[in-house]
Amino acid sequence: MGSIDSNFASVADHLGTREHVADVLVIGGGPAGTWAAVRAASLGARVVLADKGFCGTSGAAAPSGNGVWYIPPDPKLREEAMAGREQLGGWLADRDWMARVLDQTWDNIHQLDDWGYPFPKDDDGTPRRGSLQGPEYMRLMRSRVKRAGVRILDHSPALELLVDDSGAVAGATGISRQAGERWLVRAGAVVIATGGCAFLSRALGCNVLTGDGLLMGAEVGAELSSMEFSNAYGIAPAFSSVTKTAFYRYARFLREDGSVIEGASGHSRSKIAKALLQGPVYAVLDQAAPDLHDALRLAQPNFFLPFDRAGIDPFTQRFAVTLRLEGTVRGTGGLRITDKTCATSVPGLYAAGDAATRELICGGFTGGGSHNAAWAMSSGAWAGAGAADYARQLGSNHVARHVHRAGSTAVRDNGGQQLDPSEVASAVQAEVFPYERNYFRHAERLQDSLGRLDALWQAQRHSRGADNTRVIRAREAAAMTATARWMYRSALARTETRGMHKREEHPGLDAKQHHLITVGGLDEIWTSTRPATTPQPDVLTKEAA
Amino acid sequence: MIELVSESRCIACNLCVSACPVNVFDAVPDSPPVIARQDDCQTCFMCELYCPVDALYVSPEADRIGTADESLLANAGTLGGYRRAVGWTKGSERQRSTDQSFRVLNKY
Repeated sequence: MGSIDSNFASVADHLGTREHVADVLVIGGGPAGTWAAVRAASLGARVVLADKGFCGTSGAAAPSGNGVWYIPPDPKLREEAMAGREQLGGWLADRDWMARVLDQTWDNIHQLDDWGYPFPKDDDGTPRRGSLQGPEYMRLMRSRVKRAGVRILDHSPALELLVDDSGAVAGATGISRQAGERWLVRAGAVVIATGGCAFLSRALGCNVLTGDGLLMGAEVGAELSSMEFSNAYGIAPAFSSVTKTAFYRYARFLREDGSVIEGASGHSRSKIAKALLQGPVYAVLDQAAPDLHDALRLAQPNFFLPFDRAGIDPFTQRFAVTLRLEGTVRGTGGLRITDKTCATSVPGLYAAGDAATRELICGGFTGGGSHNAAWAMSSGAWAGAGAADYARQLGSNHVARHVHRAGSTAVRDNGGQQLDPSEVASAVQAEVFPYERNYFRHAERLQDSLGRLDALWQAQRHSRGADNTRVIRAREAAAMTATARWMYRSALARTETRGMHKREEHPGLDAKQHHLITVGGLDEIWTSTRPATTPQPDVLTKEAA
Repeated sequence: MIELVSESRCIACNLCVSACPVNVFDAVPDSPPVIARQDDCQTCFMCELYCPVDALYVSPEADRIGTADESLLANAGTLGGYRRAVGWTKGSERQRSTDQSFRVLNKY
C-alpha cells in the first residue's frame, strides 16, 4: 500500500483510523449516491458508500413525497416536457441532456418496479409510476445497495479528499461519529453525491446538506457552475420544517388583516417573500375541492403531519407561513459536469444529484422534486458507471499510489484560534437567509455580504484545526461559507434577471448573457462564462441587438 | 423536534440511533436511548418510521424545544400515527401503495 503524507498529523488526533480499499467510493447515500453505488457494483467494482447520516433516511428525498420527471417515450410527450421548462430555466438547459435524463429515468423507474417498489394502480388497474414516497424509495435503495455487495459506512461524514501525485482523486478520509474513529478509503475514483447546500435552515431533510461535497471538490480544483441559481426558498407553515410547495397551488395567501396577496402562489413565491418583509403572511388551502382532500392526504402524508399534530385544518383554517432557504438543493448550481459520465473537471472525481449542477436539464430554475429526482437517479447511475470504468482503467495498482490529503480548513492546523463552528454557521446564515439579500439581489448588498463572507473564510483559513468533537461542524461551517461566496460571486457576475436569479437593479433578461457561469477557487474566487447550447427565442436576441 | 422516547414502550433496539440522519440520539447500555442533541433535530420524522414499537414522538415545531405528554399522545393515537399513514405497521400495509399523486400532482 502507498503512503500518506504526514503534514496533517499536527492536528491533534488520538483516534484510530480504519482503512478500506475500493474501486469506487461514493460519498453520500441519498438517491444519487445509492444509484451510483448500485450501478458501479453491477459493473464489477468494489464499492464503499459513506453517508454522513444513515443511508436510507439522509437527504432531501427520504422524508418527502417525490414527484419524478417521468414521461412515457412518446416523441410528442417528451417534446412537450422538454419545451415546457425552457423559458422558466432562462434557456440555459441542454436538449441532449434532457432527452438522456428522460430515457434513463424511464429505465430506472421500471427497474424500481422490478425491484418491488409498491407503485399504486389507478381505477383501471394501470400502475402509476410518476411519484416516489421517500421513506419507501430510500428503504428499497438501501436494501439494493447492500444486496449489490456495497460496504455502507453510516454516520461517516467525509472530511477531505485524497489526491495522488498527479492531482487525480484517490479516495477520502472522514470520521465515524458513532464509532469514534477515523476512516480512510483508498479508491480508484470517487463519486460526490452529498446533495446541495441549504445552510442548516431546517427545511425538510435538508440539515444534512451543507455543501460538504462542493468544498471537497473545490479543494482538489473542481469547478462549479450555475451557482447564482441558489436562492430557492420553500413554503412551510411558520412553525414547521415541511417545505412542500406543491400543495400551495390550492392556497390563498393572506395578510394579517385577511386581505388577499394578489398573485402570490406556490409558483410565484416572490410575492410571498415581499409580503413577509412587511409582516406575517397566512395561507389557507381552501381552493382544494373537498373531494380532493383524501387524495391529497394519500399523495403526501408528511405534508399533513404537522397540521394534524398542531390541530390545524389547513383546508379551512389559516396558518402563518414562512419561506425557508433551500439554497442549491432546489437551486441548480453545483459541481460542473464535463462529460456524459458525469465526470468533473478533476480526474477521478465524479458528481451526481444535487451536488452536481442541474443546469443541464433545468437551466436556471428547478422547483426540486420532479427534475431533481430524475436527475439524481440518472446522474447517479452515470457517475457510478463512469467511476467504475475509470477505476478499471487504473487497474488494481491504484492502491499503491502515494496520496495527499487535500483539505484546506478545519482539518489542518493553520495557527490562530479555534473558531466556534456554530458562530461561523450563524454568520453565514445572516448573509444568505434574508430575502432582501438572497431572494432579491442587488450589487451593493452582494458586495456587502461578500466582504464579511470573505473575511469569515480567511478567519477559518488561519485558524487552528478543529478537534474531533468539532471537526464535522467546522467542516460544515467552512462548506457553507465557501458555498455562499461562490453563490454571491456568481450572482454579481450575472447582471440580469434570469431563471430564479433576481437582480433588483437589472429586472429584465439580457439576451447577451445567454451563457453559463463557471466559478471556482477558495481563497481567491474567479468566474468565467461558457455559451449556452439551447437557442434563445429570436425575439430576445433581436431586442438585444 | 424530537420530544419523546417512551420508556414504557422502548425495547432498546437502538434502531433510532442508527436511523436518525442527524445523530440526535445516544445509545445507553440496556436502556432506552437518550435524546442527546435535541437541538440538532431537523424534524424529518424519519425516526418515528423506523421505531418498531411507536415509542418516539416528533413535535411539528421545527425551531422550538418542548416536552411531550406521553399519555395524551398515546390516547389520541398520535404515537405510531405516521407509521400507519405510510403503511409501515402490521395491518396498515395497504397504505404503501395508495399514493394518489397521479390524481393531484402529475399525470403519470
